[in-house]
Amino acid sequence: MSGWSFGWTPLVSREFYGDDTIVQTETKSRVEQFTSPAGHPVTVLRFEGDIASTSKEAVLGAYQALAKATNKIVLLDFTKVDYINSSGIALVIQMLIEAANSGQKVYAYGLSPHFVKVFTMVGITKYAGLFPDQAAALAAL
Amino acid sequence: MIARKSANVEVRLPSRMGYEKVAMSTAASVAKLMGFREDRIEDLKTAVAEACINAIEHGNRMNEGLSVGVVLSAGEDSLEVKVIDDGKGLKTLPAKPDIEKKMHGEEDPRGMGMFLIQALVDEAEWVAGSNGKSSYVRLVIRLDPPSE
Repeated sequence: MSGWSFGWTPLVSREFYGDDTIVQTETKSRVEQFTSPAGHPVTVLRFEGDIASTSKEAVLGAYQALAKATNKIVLLDFTKVDYINSSGIALVIQMLIEAANSGQKVYAYGLSPHFVKVFTMVGITKYAGLFPDQAAALAAL
Repeated sequence: MIARKSANVEVRLPSRMGYEKVAMSTAASVAKLMGFREDRIEDLKTAVAEACINAIEHGNRMNEGLSVGVVLSAGEDSLEVKVIDDGKGLKTLPAKPDIEKKMHGEEDPRGMGMFLIQALVDEAEWVAGSNGKSSYVRLVIRLDPPSE
């Protein structure tokens, strides 16, 4: 790019150019099955790393690999996720759309207070109940 | 009252997804030095990341030959962040996203970035470059008044 100086001398200037440094942390996901105290089977989808545009396979792919007929309650674990951007939020919304169309219920836990606020702001909490941790979620399901 | 000196920090990023995190962490470091609360720093991080993503994806159209400029200006009671790209800028701001419409397939699940920016900082304005280039978004986040 060119010409974006605003007429002052920067005290600090850092440039990050064209090397092969991977800035985004790869998203990992895994599935675990639980039975809630109420006796309902609960599928926990655990995420790790960043949730961004590159996370489609780890987020939507992992969800879509679950049989819809037998995984009626899906619990998303964000405990090990530090960064979620708008593309990542869009993936969660796509999952919620598919779940709603398949008669599944989706819940989530482990979000930082900031991402609880963001999920609430964009309306995700209308379609996915949030819990502070896995124990609280399982106790309520 | 503590007198704060103004300071400027400038970061230049390649137009590659993921590098918004460099701007995000730089903004967080400056905000921390200025004494912002942790929750406001988190707000700023998300707003700066989304502004950089828009600049990379829409402004510079993922052209790695172009870079995104991030200019942080720390003032006495506020931090201004300009995120600059080589796009033409926005003619109109998109409508506020509607989760109901998204859930019913009437709206793209994406398109949350600008809404988040506006919701998380105290000021946000999009300025189109006068020559059809060097457009920028300007964000401002203000420090809380000191308590008595």
